[in-house]
Amino acid sequence: MSTNASAIENIQGIGRPWMEVLHEWVTTVDHKGLGLLYILYALSYLVIGGFEALIIRAQLMHAHNHLVSPQVFNRMFTMHGTTMIFFVAMPMLFGFANYLVPLMIGARDMAFPRLNAFSFWLTALGGGLLYFSFLGGNGLYGAGTAPDVGWWAYAPLPAKAFSPGHSSDYWTIALLVSGLGSVGTAINILTTVLCMRCPGMHLGRMPLLVWLNLVMSGMVLIAVTPLTAAQVMLLVDRYLGGHFFDTQAGGSATLWMHFFWIFGHPEVYILILPAFAFVSEIVPVYSRKPIFGYPVMVGATVFIGFVSMSVWAHHMFTVGMNSYANSFFTITSMVVGIPTGIKIFNWIGTMWGGRIRFKTPMLFCLGFLFQFLVAGLTGIMLASSPFDWQLGNSYFVVAHFHYVIVGGLLFAIFAAFYYWYPKFTGRMLSEQLGKVHFWLFLIGFHATFDVMHIPGILGMPRRIYTYEPGRGWDTLNLIVTIGAVIQAAAILVFVCNLAVSYWKGANAGKDPWDAWTLEWSATSPPPAYNFATIPVVASRRPLWDLKHPEDPDSRYE
Amino acid sequence: MQGYLIASSTNILAPASTPARTIFGLSLFVLGITALIFVVVAGLMVYSVVKFRARATDAAREPAQVCGSTQIELAWTVIPALIVAVLFLATARVIHAIQDTPKPAAALDVIVVGHQFWWEFRYPKLGIVTANELHIPASDRARPTPTFLKLTSADTDHSFWVPELGGKTDLIPNRVNQMWLDPPRPGIYLGQCAQYCGTQHAKMLLRVVVERPADFGAWVSAQQQAAIQDARVSAGKRVFETNVCINCHAVSGTAADGRFGPDLGHLMSRATLASGAAENTPSNLRLWIQTPDAIKPGSLMPAMKLSDADLDAVTAYLETLR
Repeated sequence: MSTNASAIENIQGIGRPWMEVLHEWVTTVDHKGLGLLYILYALSYLVIGGFEALIIRAQLMHAHNHLVSPQVFNRMFTMHGTTMIFFVAMPMLFGFANYLVPLMIGARDMAFPRLNAFSFWLTALGGGLLYFSFLGGNGLYGAGTAPDVGWWAYAPLPAKAFSPGHSSDYWTIALLVSGLGSVGTAINILTTVLCMRCPGMHLGRMPLLVWLNLVMSGMVLIAVTPLTAAQVMLLVDRYLGGHFFDTQAGGSATLWMHFFWIFGHPEVYILILPAFAFVSEIVPVYSRKPIFGYPVMVGATVFIGFVSMSVWAHHMFTVGMNSYANSFFTITSMVVGIPTGIKIFNWIGTMWGGRIRFKTPMLFCLGFLFQFLVAGLTGIMLASSPFDWQLGNSYFVVAHFHYVIVGGLLFAIFAAFYYWYPKFTGRMLSEQLGKVHFWLFLIGFHATFDVMHIPGILGMPRRIYTYEPGRGWDTLNLIVTIGAVIQAAAILVFVCNLAVSYWKGANAGKDPWDAWTLEWSATSPPPAYNFATIPVVASRRPLWDLKHPEDPDSRYE
Repeated sequence: MQGYLIASSTNILAPASTPARTIFGLSLFVLGITALIFVVVAGLMVYSVVKFRARATDAAREPAQVCGSTQIELAWTVIPALIVAVLFLATARVIHAIQDTPKPAAALDVIVVGHQFWWEFRYPKLGIVTANELHIPASDRARPTPTFLKLTSADTDHSFWVPELGGKTDLIPNRVNQMWLDPPRPGIYLGQCAQYCGTQHAKMLLRVVVERPADFGAWVSAQQQAAIQDARVSAGKRVFETNVCINCHAVSGTAADGRFGPDLGHLMSRATLASGAAENTPSNLRLWIQTPDAIKPGSLMPAMKLSDADLDAVTAYLETLR
């Protein structure tokens, strides 16, 4: 255990000058250091984006509220959406991928460590630029600060005529820069997975987490590039007299929509595939069974990857496409439900016949399963385009995608935190605080997002800073706001848990969960080189084979 | 306008026009199927969590290591595929029924132009231009007189949404979209802009006044009259005509022919000001001219900075524009 203890001291920098520790963090090219940087970066933006959500909810607490001006409100929802997608969800998932993928394939680092650092610092610069707009930009109203064009920035709102200052430029450049970072990381993950696997780990033996991140990275390459291209075109419009999206000079507003959603919908799967990845690793360990239907899970993932590239215009059912286009995007959107459904069934199949242990990571996975089911079903409703003509751009849609992003993705991320924190730090997170966090967050989540569907059905559109009384929206919005406060309290418990456990948590050891993938064979935290000798694997669960020499998986594969 | 019920809700589950009703029928079907899926799958989840929880007695042993089953995988691929096929066919039928309906000869044409942050309604065959309150005739089942809207935008994207009458359709610059309504019951139906269009997106409210054919005819002939010229308010008219009001607003028979703001020729026939942000009362009208931000902060109507006397005069003039 002595090596383990010294490893903890090393990462906590005990007894070393803080400048030296800081210098090490800033210059690191180690995949674990960069993974943690990504995660910490995303966590701080999660808190900032959460504050913005609380301001939005406080304003909508009751009808005709005057807490903030429409200008401030519009900035808040723009910044909240942009922050949560580009500077929380993406870096958080890249962080986990960075940390875990090399460990799980028995590699000593990513394929391109310097590109890795470059990508992280580009993403960091992007977030910094976005928030610098509070000081440096002017909004739609001329006197504003942060961008207020919505996180889609539908043309022609970001055109010079409607966004005279620099606020939307900060938005554009922030996304451009962080988009380049995402592409760099995607190339890195792809190369690492394809070229750096340890002996014996052919594609059919890769942990599902690695498979899902492989598909995710391929999708990032295809989906983020059109967004980057569109940002360049927007800059050309604004500064070089281009007319791509400038409707006052004959440009096309729908062209921007197509560019944005060709990025935007695959993006949803880019975010949710890593969530699937966490669940696919955690559910088997706490059910004490291998994942059910591994080849089918891989096939379903690849299928999602392809089909999700042809569903983007379901965000555009109301822009006046003809009935054939509407029908096409209806069927493709519904078809995505099939592989997704297969995944849910396979997770249930994994639990079936197992011996389920309800540790905090498993609780969050169960929350994920339930909420992702609901999100999928409301997604089917929205895929039915005439139903979408009513529900689209209403609070029903807001509730739906928060069900996916919070109820699905964030729950899976919390599960991943509780599951891999011992590996990252060598300390266990507190189970007691973890359970308080889980139940508080679950209650807050359902108070907020279950109720939020109803104002949408009652005709409340999104992105309005205030609303008329007497439409049945008031009480519902109050409950939604209370739920948001409960969620904020849960996040506070989580952050306390992260901080307290870092210093006071029980020693984790190599393998606290009795798990089966390679990262648990390294010390916690792993040394810079990960493995003293490169492991050789003979099945999908190398540690199972080690622990059960009498009945190894390798006998059946 | 008296005698019409103002719809107190904007509930998509209370359809009052054929497109809304067709969508409502499809919604019930989709809701039914998804509810069924929810009960089955959530039931399986709860069952497996309860049934297969670790118990103190067997915690030490590992369960049977089952890796999968081709038959089961096949079953839970084929069944969802069949459900998707059914849902798609039901949906495609409704898409076709709403989008590809031919326009009958008796249909009323209205051009809807979205502006930051108000609605312009033009009746090309009737020579009427009005704002924010769309008047249409009730449509009889036996002799339907639906209203066909052509929608476009003068500036940013907007979306026309009156939930009880139909789904939303976007108003996009350089593009003409179409939708139709045929509410049989007279009444006032509420809605609002459903595509973020800038600072005051929230107060780009919308109402559709559905009238019995005779009432609609009376409204049409009143709107077709030239604006009233009343000598008693000539002072106010002069204030109106000698200020920048006329750059944006139009009043027939005067120098005012602006297109940037709503036509004011029959301002007092409307129940609301500032696209539904305030009731159309003399005191609100005066406040709106004096400090628009008090009613709708961020609207594009500038504060006119008139003297009290001019303000009273121009308000008195506008109040004669029935």
